[in-house]
Amino acid sequence: MTTFDPYAPSRETTEGTVFSVTGGDWDSLVQEIGSTKEERVVVNMGPQHPSTHGVLRLILELEGETVTEVRCGIGYLHTGIEKNMEYRNWTQGTTFVTRMDYLGPIFNETAYCLAIEKLLGITNDVPERASVIRVMMMELNRISSHMVALGTGALELGAITPMFFAFREREIVLDIFEMISGLRMNMAYIRPGGVQQDLPEGAIPKIRDAVKLMRKNFKDNTNLLVGNSIWLKRTQGIGYLDLAGATTLGITGPVLRSTGLPWDLRKMQPYCGYENYEFDVVTADTCDVYGRFLIRMNELEQSLRIIEQALDKLEKLDGAPVMVADKKIAWPAQLALGSDGLGNSLNHIREIMGTSMESLIHHFKLVTEGFHVPAGQVYQAVESPKGELGAHVVSDGGTRPYRMHFREPSFNNLQATSAMSEGGMIADIIAAVASIDPVMGGVDR
Amino acid sequence: MTETGMFGAHGTGDTSGYGGLVKSAASTGSSERPYGGYFDGLVDDLERAYPEFSASIERVVVDRGELTLHVKREKLVEISLVLRDALKFEMCMGVSGIHYPDNIGRELVAVYPLLSMTNNRRIRLEVSVSDADAHIPSLVEVWAGNNWHERETFDMFGIIFDGHPGLTRILMPDDWQGHPQRKDYALGGIAVEYKGATIPAPSERRSYS
Repeated sequence: MTTFDPYAPSRETTEGTVFSVTGGDWDSLVQEIGSTKEERVVVNMGPQHPSTHGVLRLILELEGETVTEVRCGIGYLHTGIEKNMEYRNWTQGTTFVTRMDYLGPIFNETAYCLAIEKLLGITNDVPERASVIRVMMMELNRISSHMVALGTGALELGAITPMFFAFREREIVLDIFEMISGLRMNMAYIRPGGVQQDLPEGAIPKIRDAVKLMRKNFKDNTNLLVGNSIWLKRTQGIGYLDLAGATTLGITGPVLRSTGLPWDLRKMQPYCGYENYEFDVVTADTCDVYGRFLIRMNELEQSLRIIEQALDKLEKLDGAPVMVADKKIAWPAQLALGSDGLGNSLNHIREIMGTSMESLIHHFKLVTEGFHVPAGQVYQAVESPKGELGAHVVSDGGTRPYRMHFREPSFNNLQATSAMSEGGMIADIIAAVASIDPVMGGVDR
Repeated sequence: MTETGMFGAHGTGDTSGYGGLVKSAASTGSSERPYGGYFDGLVDDLERAYPEFSASIERVVVDRGELTLHVKREKLVEISLVLRDALKFEMCMGVSGIHYPDNIGRELVAVYPLLSMTNNRRIRLEVSVSDADAHIPSLVEVWAGNNWHERETFDMFGIIFDGHPGLTRILMPDDWQGHPQRKDYALGGIAVEYKGATIPAPSERRSYS
């Protein structure tokens, strides 16, 4: 042992000497480690680490710079969403689920609401305009989610400019979300039976402009990264996972499609009317980080195509309802834009407060108690940007879920870290994890 | 003097969740043929591929367009292998637990949604065990992706998956007491202790009287 080093203090444990590296002089740490007899080095990466995609802890066993074993430590962002939902009514649940995978809130809400609608048996009663808005919102959300995946993935490999471009595009999408729902993230906009409110005036031309702008902007990142020799060296042949591995590990989404299998729930088991849209399922056959990157890049254009078709449909459905007609399920608030922002419409307040005692009781019961969902269980899956997002919902016939479970694609796909990274270089773990695109809010729930 | 709520409400006026709400909703009964859709063909195929079908499967339930097979736990691995290899259910989408404290002898339920990409079909397996003997064979050998899902279900419900390569807590801290998603585990009301640091239970943080 040499003298005390403020940047790498050490202590003895039953597992051997533990060094806590806090920055500073790397050479002094190397010297310290060199003085121990142990050849095997176990390194903790995270949970607070700039390139582990949030609070993910990677436990690495190293031989030099070669990784012999990787294990993920998760749970640092566990918030008990599933448990909490058992104590809130079905509509309130949307505010919980939207916070799971916070980069894909619309997908969480849609999976949850589709599951409730299946339990209620009203899947076919959801108005077409509501379904089209859901599809449009999901595809916008897919763009913003892929943008974070691409931007942070590139940043973690040292490419800073793509991150700026990606977040510029994400801002465009978040501005649209704000215009439609009032919130940029965690919108709770998709509700059981439809959507919270109709599109505001002038939304469609604005989204059309945004689509044009994004189509032009996407070329910037394409020009920067596709075929870039440094990018290719960092991503090609890295994080290899073939179809057999992906299948046994239950991997879905871009990682599965990078093995060449065109599996996309929007095509295979359509929901929200996806069968009425023209788009292609993007695949790659390289099974590596570069393939997954290309898939995400090309899915952006497919999402824009779907958004354009959705906008055409919305123009034809102008003025159509966006919530089921059944007043026993539909959230009773009729929203309107007042001088002080969005709130209950004055006409609705006038009706429940001034003219109809029954309307007031109905409003009160539905808001405080919620609607009843017949007993039973369903599993509803949607294709989120990360893969199959499944909602397993159990009802006992009450106004709250008896049990909610989300099959989160990030949670499942993160298991592939070991298979993708062991035997490779330590720097390639970063690329492999980034290509899985895990969002810890979804992993830990 | 103790006050019981702002308006003297009794019973389930509680919306805070701290009241330890306990309800039960176990389903019973089996569906009659025809099941509809591809379910009849699927069950026929399974009966052909797995001769012990009637002895191993307790109930076949078709509800809301979804097929559930209630499987005896000692036959779970066998049936899973047949479903994977003969009926091409290549993927298991994890495990979800359910706790029915009033369903004596079958308190804990594990639910496995399966997906066949070859045939574009879904099916669900359900296994019920008693709280006193909460053991279910692990399916990690059949579908490796079930590893974390089984750890999560163990963490949240206390179901022990026999044969799991490393059944430890995954979301809760290693030294956590209890299994949070069981119905007898109240929401909040528990002093949060994490690696020595303590935070009082929500119900004890301040007084509203």
